[in-house]
Amino acid sequence: MMRAAIVSRPLDAALLLAEVAGDAHGATTLFVGTVRNTNGGRAVSGIEYSAYDSMATVELQRILDEAASRFTDVSIVVEHRVGTLRLQEASVIIATAHAHRAPALDAQRYVVEELKKRVPVWKREHYTDGTREWVGATS
Amino acid sequence: MRLQVLLFASYADAFGATEIVLDLPDGATVGELVTAVRARAPHTALPPHPLVAVNHAYASSGVVLSTGDEVALIPPVAGG
Repeated sequence: MMRAAIVSRPLDAALLLAEVAGDAHGATTLFVGTVRNTNGGRAVSGIEYSAYDSMATVELQRILDEAASRFTDVSIVVEHRVGTLRLQEASVIIATAHAHRAPALDAQRYVVEELKKRVPVWKREHYTDGTREWVGATS
Repeated sequence: MRLQVLLFASYADAFGATEIVLDLPDGATVGELVTAVRARAPHTALPPHPLVAVNHAYASSGVVLSTGDEVALIPPVAGG
């Protein structure tokens, strides 16, 4: 099972875990990225995520293809949410499963690190003082 | 040739648009496209080498563009 998607609904970790489940798997991992209440010392009230949806889906799929060639027989499902999220809401969930723990853990780490470097998703933080700002923007 | 360039996030804000249309010579490269984008809005702060995607893949400055390509300027990504 390999699937990647950009979605605009709340993420459900249990569904992703069920998708990667299999009799041959002895190890399953779950990564949940959530909205936290501070960044760079500023109090955050929420994050607005947007994406270049079509390319983001393709780039996520490329990352899964790379993971499949590095970690033979791994199963991975990843969903990234877009829209305005409140504190503690999940922005990204990655579920991986494998016969053994090392490839399951390594594949999860590979996907999240590559996602953060390459997938065209952006976030605008909303601060408790009413201001908002694109994260990582140069202007 | 006429190309639409998609803009997102901070770039869309800076240009006040989610896409711009450029007229470029046939055989123009990604690097030439970036120069044309800068000329269109020199007051906007694009980084020295903004990321460009052509048909859903990152493209280096030497890549030659063709009519019908889907071109996008990609601001610094911040997913996760």
